[in-house]
Amino acid sequence: MDEVRPGYAGGVRVGLGLAFPTFLLGVTFGATAREIGWGSVAPIVASIVVFSGSAQFALLTALAGGGGLPTAVASAALINARFAPMGVAVAPSLKGNRLRRAAEGQAVVDGSFVAAHVGGGVFDRERMISATAVQFVAWVAGTVVGVLLAPPEELTRALGLDVVFPGFFFLLLLDEIRQSRRAAAAAGLGAAIAGGLAFVAPAGLALLGSSVAALIGLHDSGPHEEREQS
Amino acid sequence: MTTVWCGIAAVAVVSMLMKAAGPAALGARELPRRATGVIALLAAALLAGLVVVDVVKDFSWPLLAGIATVGAARWRGAPELVAIVLGVAVAALLRLPESLG
Repeated sequence: MDEVRPGYAGGVRVGLGLAFPTFLLGVTFGATAREIGWGSVAPIVASIVVFSGSAQFALLTALAGGGGLPTAVASAALINARFAPMGVAVAPSLKGNRLRRAAEGQAVVDGSFVAAHVGGGVFDRERMISATAVQFVAWVAGTVVGVLLAPPEELTRALGLDVVFPGFFFLLLLDEIRQSRRAAAAAGLGAAIAGGLAFVAPAGLALLGSSVAALIGLHDSGPHEEREQS
Repeated sequence: MTTVWCGIAAVAVVSMLMKAAGPAALGARELPRRATGVIALLAAALLAGLVVVDVVKDFSWPLLAGIATVGAARWRGAPELVAIVLGVAVAALLRLPESLG
């Protein structure tokens, strides 16, 4: 990030950076769901109660492809399985009793999780919550616009806007790999695993597979390694 | 439509449980040092996976060139927003013949 601000203000800043690509993805989801017969209300409700682009697209694709309800739900669950280890990761940084922590854990989404990581497995709780709140508004607003206007996907591609989402994740990745050599190694291995799996397995499994690369952190190389380049 | 509504409800519950499980089970307990070592690398591994999966599933040369431009611009010191705008512009320019044709 250009400037790392702690707390809610920093989270809002991160959230605003992610809001535009999130909005665009929401537009795509709303338009696609409307086009394949979900109507106007179901896509919007899905974006509010699920709030996960990858899982919602998996559900949409599997149901449209005639995969049946169990297959569709399993695909979406597999994609969101990455939230389980992410929830474990943020748990010590949350506040309150178990119920409140479980509620605060709902703020775990990809961009916020990464932006809230301040190093050494410690997370900025306020930063994560506010970044997610901004993205939630953008995601639901995008879905509403997509349902109402249904712009063609070709227009988004022609304008190069499909670069925005992976481009922003790439920027976050650059910040992470500057932290230590081990983070760079984990990123390289994660990319290789995901790249290999993406050709033979669903996207959710490829994503889950990339997180296996973090297991190189089991090797304890001592405190000097952490954030050595920061 | 019943299938759609059931699917939405089921995925909403599953997602909520996956996010809630860790915080609810662990509470305020500190994680062992080795687990912290893994978690410290989780973001880097997952982000690399997200970028790769995004590129592979909708692969096109303009998309790849756009993302590479974002990275190169940022590496050369461009602010985030400028880097993203440059990447978008490169992808749009490379697709111009296709769009006009």
